[in-house]
Amino acid sequence: MIKLDPKIPKGPLAEKWTNYKGTMNLVAPNNKRNIEIIIVGTGLAGASAAATLGELGYKVKVFTFHDSPRRAHSIAAQGGINAAKNYQNDGDSVYRLFYDTIKGGDYRSREANVYRLAEVSANIIDQCVAQGVPFAREYGGLLANRSFGGVQVSRTFYARGQTGQQLLIGAYSALSRQVASGQVELYSRHEMLDVVKVDGKARGIIARNLITGELERHAAHCVVLASGGYGNVFYLSTNAMGSNVSAAWRAVKRGALMANPCYTQIHPTCIPVSGSYQSKLTLMSESLRNDGRVWVPKHKDDVEAIRNGNKSPNDIHEEDRDYYLERRYPAFGNLVPRDVASRAAKQACDKGHGVNKTGLAVFLDFGSAIQRYGKSEAYKHGIENPDQKTIEKYGKQVVEQKYGNLFEMYEKITGDNPYETPMKIYPAVHYTMGGLWVDYNLETNIPGLFSLGEANFSDHGANRLGASALMQGLADGYFVIPYTIGQFLSHEIRTPKIANDTQEFIDAEKSVTDRIDKVFSVNGNKSVESFHRELGLIMWEYCGMSRNAEGLQKALGLIRELREEYWKDVFVPGSKDEYNPELEKALRVADFMELGEMMVKDALNREESAGGHFREEYQTEEGEAMRNDEEFAYVAAWEWNETDEAVLHKEPLKFENVELKVRSYK
Amino acid sequence: MDLTLKIWRQKGPNDKGRLETYQVKATEEMSFLEMLDVLNQQLIEEKKDPVAFDHDCREGICGACSMVINGRAHGPQKATTTCQLHMRHFKDGDTITVEPFRADSFPAVKDLVVDRSAFDRIIQAGGYISVNTGQAPDGNDIPIEKGIASKAFDAAACIGCGACVAACPNASAMLFTSAKVSHLSLLPQGAVEGERRAQLMVNQMDKEGFGNCSNTGACEVECPKEISISNIARLNRQFIKSSLSTDKVVE
Amino acid sequence: MSWFSRFFVSSIGRKLIMGLTGLFLILFLVIHLIGNLQLLNDDEGFSFNTYAYFMTHNGLIKTVSIGLYFFIILHAIQGIVITIANRKARRSRYAVANTQITSWAARNMAILGILILAFLFMHMGDFWLKMKLGHLDMVKYEGFDVPVNDLYSRVYTAFNVWWIVLVYIIGQIALYFHLKHGFASAFQTLGWNHPKYTPIIKGIGIIYSIIIPLGFALIPLYIYFVK
Repeated sequence: MIKLDPKIPKGPLAEKWTNYKGTMNLVAPNNKRNIEIIIVGTGLAGASAAATLGELGYKVKVFTFHDSPRRAHSIAAQGGINAAKNYQNDGDSVYRLFYDTIKGGDYRSREANVYRLAEVSANIIDQCVAQGVPFAREYGGLLANRSFGGVQVSRTFYARGQTGQQLLIGAYSALSRQVASGQVELYSRHEMLDVVKVDGKARGIIARNLITGELERHAAHCVVLASGGYGNVFYLSTNAMGSNVSAAWRAVKRGALMANPCYTQIHPTCIPVSGSYQSKLTLMSESLRNDGRVWVPKHKDDVEAIRNGNKSPNDIHEEDRDYYLERRYPAFGNLVPRDVASRAAKQACDKGHGVNKTGLAVFLDFGSAIQRYGKSEAYKHGIENPDQKTIEKYGKQVVEQKYGNLFEMYEKITGDNPYETPMKIYPAVHYTMGGLWVDYNLETNIPGLFSLGEANFSDHGANRLGASALMQGLADGYFVIPYTIGQFLSHEIRTPKIANDTQEFIDAEKSVTDRIDKVFSVNGNKSVESFHRELGLIMWEYCGMSRNAEGLQKALGLIRELREEYWKDVFVPGSKDEYNPELEKALRVADFMELGEMMVKDALNREESAGGHFREEYQTEEGEAMRNDEEFAYVAAWEWNETDEAVLHKEPLKFENVELKVRSYK
Repeated sequence: MDLTLKIWRQKGPNDKGRLETYQVKATEEMSFLEMLDVLNQQLIEEKKDPVAFDHDCREGICGACSMVINGRAHGPQKATTTCQLHMRHFKDGDTITVEPFRADSFPAVKDLVVDRSAFDRIIQAGGYISVNTGQAPDGNDIPIEKGIASKAFDAAACIGCGACVAACPNASAMLFTSAKVSHLSLLPQGAVEGERRAQLMVNQMDKEGFGNCSNTGACEVECPKEISISNIARLNRQFIKSSLSTDKVVE
Repeated sequence: MSWFSRFFVSSIGRKLIMGLTGLFLILFLVIHLIGNLQLLNDDEGFSFNTYAYFMTHNGLIKTVSIGLYFFIILHAIQGIVITIANRKARRSRYAVANTQITSWAARNMAILGILILAFLFMHMGDFWLKMKLGHLDMVKYEGFDVPVNDLYSRVYTAFNVWWIVLVYIIGQIALYFHLKHGFASAFQTLGWNHPKYTPIIKGIGIIYSIIIPLGFALIPLYIYFVK
């Protein structure tokens, strides 16, 4: 077993980061000039890291498979970004943000990392404002906040429903400034296909120029992976079509460890699947659950009638509806956390109450809200006994003010008018808390290989709170890696420029060429897409919202079979020497299949329910998640090996500052 | 529904390219890109080369998708990217022509894919606020009037898709460039280097070979984020002012 | 390149020239129309011919008219340069042309401009050149010291020819479309876009682009049909 040293600095929690920064090794400016860094990915974490390291004077090469850094999927984040600014004077503090994040993560993350995240959160807002991110403001000109799930303070900064976009544009513009100054070299439409290790250290990558198909060797003193999460292993997710695990997975194949791969966040309010052609799922903001009531029909014949179109949801009488969240969780009602709401929807549909053709949807109904708002609005207008029409008119106005853009988006996609008929929603894969194992320096177990953002596992434990992903990505890129990378690089100042013609690079390139040739040589009959869809179905069925040992065992077998079939029957059109999106997908799906297997193994191993990982065997009598802190308060870091038997390494989690409690929403 | 698709096929930048006709069955609930996915599956099953097109987030924000559908950039729907366009807006038996975003500054890559890196270079020329990480004052040190912040946001909503260029009869990139200039120069922290930015970005835009704006307003109509041409007027103003009224010369 | 020439070859600099010269020509059209309306006076051409004499002999007006010719040429040359650059910016054309979202006038400013320019040459050749070369009869009015060119009669002769009237009507239609887009466009180019005032400018532009060509067109029509 590899000894996993998280390298957490000594001292009291609140002083660790400050003291560490004050005493860590630095690289002098004249040396920075000669040190090269490769960064893979240009989302929030990658772009912010590339910009900052460029500003510091390092020679940076940054890679993205997109045509522009601005397309990275960070751009799609809607809600906001958390920061412990306490601008609202509502009792927020670094400690409270730290505590909320640890608790929200169901006590499966590292205290020191999370505390540091909370500490630098305030600087992120300042930095973004200075870059020109147009955050929402009050009439007085100061920054506005809103609150998000799982917390009691208002600490979320936002830019309408496009916070991720605005933050990414900020990081992208900072990156562009460094590209213009020559500090950063930008390689767009380049996909990393391997990490190159020299003497045990990460010293470069093999990248494929996606336009020409040429393989390129890029050498550097160290490599930073900021390549995002792996939610697309489920095929259908809220991730972008191109989001993939391959960069991280290539690192795993070179010896990096994958931590907690089974921790997957399922978001409860997404637009349901409408047919087998579906390519992706669209998220509807969590904020809808403030006013929307979730229900399914109580009676199966009503369900049938709705599915056939013989009845409209508005025909179902109040007493024939099951508002299951309100029934099961009277204290929190429709506002239970994401994992709880998602599981409840699945259970309702599993019992046959799903309300669309596929049987996988529940209603999110604004009828009551329209009535409620309508009455009070009519009263405000001096109407004592409003008729139904007046109430609806005023009610819809209020709902439109609050959620107009979301309703519009829903109508655009589904063609249904949510003011007239309830929305249909269903949970969907949204984020992956697991990722490459990293220590406090964000360095993997391979020296010189770092990982940032969603690609690493570090801060969210078993469940991520809303508006924390953006915070982590930018914290890692702007304020953590620029310091901690020095811990490695300060020992490399005497290392001359890394040559890219050494045997290690030649071998790595050859292995990539072989892999590409292999996938073409199959020349079977099935498209890459069809394998990806099948993998997704297996993962969703057995390793999705709830899991059990039997299903996971079965999934292991199914994935194995699928993998074997893949290498016998996949067909990739075109050639490798051209722009070939099918080839790109083929390589990514091959990696997803291996990762999927590791996720299932991790889920099997973790015999408890924690956050996004729900094992049916480990639940209370009322069906709530049951953690096992005695046996599973550890990070499960998995090592891939050639015999396909992943090896588990454990990093115990020590909680010195918080008390482990059971979450309850009854 | 049964559709006839006429799709622009072009092997690479040196190929002349031509429209080819395909038949595809779609359903109303599909998005336009999902309909193309179906076509591609069909082509792959026939061991033919699938149609290459740019796409990624499929929720209208990344700006990757880019096609001209029946002469309209991102198709006929207002404020909609191609990925958000759904087939219910088409009828059984329709013939749909799909072409790439055409502009000499967006060189062809393959089929419907073009190279929009000219936009990146325009941003690199000056589309940023020159502030290093760690130099920022407190976020609330500079109050920004709500209306100004909101206007800056309207301009910042640009997704860099290039529909403005595709729709413009002159292939002008003024809406894109002006949106970025407006976003930054409306904010006090960005106004500091506003004049220099306008100069640098317009110079780069001209160098990329985009056409000249002749105020047809096509960009504004086709912009999926409904960015207004009042931004172009603002850029005109800033550029003219910075060219003629300051004593500084931007090299 | 000096800052000056760099500005005027930049895309916005070129457009500024288009806008400013355009606005100057818009002003000129108003004055030209007011002057020409004297053709309709029933005074044997006295007011019109003496007006023409004034316009060709006043030092200030002569200077301004040199500016006018220069601006017309500049407007035309810049327009052609811009149009060529714009066509080069998209050498591969769309198979399906997009004509739904822009006005016909906006898309065809260059063609309209060339039409107007051609019309202008004919118009100048017919009247101005003939006068300059001394091909016109002279007429002496009581109360006016010197004999003046009888441009009035020349105009009446010309406007009794049906095809010349037709050409003038076509010229004015082209002018209408050119102004319809050009008027408000010039303000946008100068950066004058304001949520409160732009609609007013657009309104004035529409009214202007109707009244001016209509006024010009009425003269040949009136002469042909009424006189």
